[in-house]
Amino acid sequence: MWRPPMSTELRRRLRAAMDGCRRIVGMPNYRVFVDHCREHHPDRPVPTEREYFEEYLRARYESGPTRCC
Amino acid sequence: MRTLIWVAVALVGATAWGALALHQGETINAAWLVLAAVGTYLVAYRYYSLFLARKVFGLDPRRATPAERLNNGRDFVPTTRWVLFGHHFAAIAGAGPLVGPVLAAQFGYLPGVLWIVFGVVLGGAVQDFIILFSSMRRDGKSLGQMAKEEIGETTGLIAMVAILAIMVILLAVLALVVVNALRDSPWGVFTILCTIPIAILMGFWMKVWRPGKTVEASVIGILLLMLALVSGSWVAESATLAPLFRYDGVTVAWGIIGYGFIASVLPVWMLLCPRDYLSTFLKVGTILLLAVGILIVMPPLKLPALTQFIDGTGPIFAGKLFPFVFITIACGSISGFHALVSSGTTPKMIRSEGDARLIGYGGMLTESFVAVMALCAAAALDPGVYFAINAPLATLGGTVESAAAVVRQWGFTVTPEQMQGLAASVGEATLLARTGGATSLAVGMAAIFSGVFGEHLMAFWYHFAIMFEALFILTTVDTGTRVGRFMLQELGGYLWKPMARTSWYPSIILSSALIVAGWGWFLIQGVLDPLGGINSLWPLFGISNQLLAAVALCVGTTILIKSGKVRYAWTTLLPLVWLLAVTMTAGWQKIFATDPRLGFLSHAEQLAGQIASGALAAGDGGRMIFNDRGNAGLAGVFMAITVVLLIASVREWLAVIQGRKPATTREAEYVETAYVN
Repeated sequence: MWRPPMSTELRRRLRAAMDGCRRIVGMPNYRVFVDHCREHHPDRPVPTEREYFEEYLRARYESGPTRCC
Repeated sequence: MRTLIWVAVALVGATAWGALALHQGETINAAWLVLAAVGTYLVAYRYYSLFLARKVFGLDPRRATPAERLNNGRDFVPTTRWVLFGHHFAAIAGAGPLVGPVLAAQFGYLPGVLWIVFGVVLGGAVQDFIILFSSMRRDGKSLGQMAKEEIGETTGLIAMVAILAIMVILLAVLALVVVNALRDSPWGVFTILCTIPIAILMGFWMKVWRPGKTVEASVIGILLLMLALVSGSWVAESATLAPLFRYDGVTVAWGIIGYGFIASVLPVWMLLCPRDYLSTFLKVGTILLLAVGILIVMPPLKLPALTQFIDGTGPIFAGKLFPFVFITIACGSISGFHALVSSGTTPKMIRSEGDARLIGYGGMLTESFVAVMALCAAAALDPGVYFAINAPLATLGGTVESAAAVVRQWGFTVTPEQMQGLAASVGEATLLARTGGATSLAVGMAAIFSGVFGEHLMAFWYHFAIMFEALFILTTVDTGTRVGRFMLQELGGYLWKPMARTSWYPSIILSSALIVAGWGWFLIQGVLDPLGGINSLWPLFGISNQLLAAVALCVGTTILIKSGKVRYAWTTLLPLVWLLAVTMTAGWQKIFATDPRLGFLSHAEQLAGQIASGALAAGDGGRMIFNDRGNAGLAGVFMAITVVLLIASVREWLAVIQGRKPATTREAEYVETAYVN
């Protein structure tokens, strides 16, 4: 994919801002999850992004109220 | 030096309150209201929340949080505090803090702003903070689980039934707010209909085409939404298209009921989740825009500080200042529903215990500020216009002339031309009797945005505000229906095991249909009600929400007493006692008051009299009598639940204080954090 020319510092900041946006709307971060899996469960296969997303949605909307009035 | 700054902040706040108090009877600028509120928030955050954090809860930054200990990269994830603050705020702020203050403006702006600001500082923010803290210390347990463990088995079950009942009322009343804004409005209906295919497109984008790319999909969604909003005006102006999207209230209500059912049965990724993201972005963005708009425009408040309606004769809802201002404004000062969010996703994401103060207490102060802004937007309208929009049709009569005459009798001025001109300027046929607060708020917001961006965009901003409100109310409707469905399936599982299987289609369809039928019934009755429905449903919602807050404060008090902090139990007991006084008085008056405008039972009696004398058809009258009795029964059930919970809690407190029970709670073990902060 085409990537706009940016310094690594700018790219890092942009990525952090996007991660923040995602968190605020209640979306998890797949990269963080992959890091977590590699670090803590190196013996198990890492779920794909799609599997992770599905599992997350299930947990989020089937657990109780996530939104207020 | 620091102390000096805080003294200055306190002085500014006190001066602003002084200005509000001294300017009785003349117009005052909204800036004073904002200053008074912000000054109070800052001082309360700096001193009271620090006292709670240090002395009462004993927040310990060295203690590892569940996010650190149970980190699974999924729901337990340590999150930076400002990001989590945004997440928590987006989850707690909904239509409640926008609608309640607008309705309560019937009493004037002063009672509302006092309750919003002091209620949050001493009540609402304390509730959110203690529940967040308690859940964080218990590995993110829910309010129901904590009630069960700390107070008793049955309490947990009762809390669950109460939550379900509140959900049904909440969904009905919020849907009614949307119906009243969308009926006879081709522009509004077209825009809101467009959000459904837009959401489905986003759903496929995030799930099938580019998994997990939420921000990307949301940007596309927002652009398409703006396109839908602009094309809505072409639809409204077209003689052939407009009639296709013009519906009466009952049809719009059935549409929302059908939508709620489908959204609850479809997989979440297809419709519900993308709408959730879309409305969250829009919500946070619009609220920021409104704050900036109010600061730039600084509108004068045309509404008086107090109106004659504090005596209980108000057209928007019946009842005196006490207790009804405290019932009408729930979210914004204290909202029991927050206890569900504060014991849901947020406690599982806190990185360091110290952050709970900013997120729990600070998050609620921010929501309270949203309520103050909504109040400013409504109070900046001409009082005559405000009442012509918010009073029910039965009171105003069907024409702008009759409405202007009625409003003049109340001592406010509005001309038929003014109402017609206003309706035309926002691209609507009529604005009369659009009860529920959404429309008057949208007019107020449009006036403020037009003050910033120019008058010619008034219609665009009005429909932007309507879309913004409708979008996140409908998001509450679909997520709420779904949550209600799961709770019903769980409860049903006690009766018949297979009901509890959340992926078994017969059970899904049956429980979704039951939930939708529950709130749908209240919604349709509200739409058919000649007094506008809001009149009877909003107080019921307020009572039930404050009841849930009482449950949360009971749990909080129990936890304080059991952790040996009896001397600080006043921090939760104070708001608890106040809420009990308010909900019990309001509940009693709604059931038994002899004034038929206020009491459900005396209203039923009045209707029976009208049927006997032939003034009312037996069919319609019978249905309305049935509704009155049902509403009275529901209020009675809410009150009974509160009493039962209170008795259970007080017994537990006394047992611990008198030493008959050990003062221990179910906190998770202490583990030292590995983070270097």
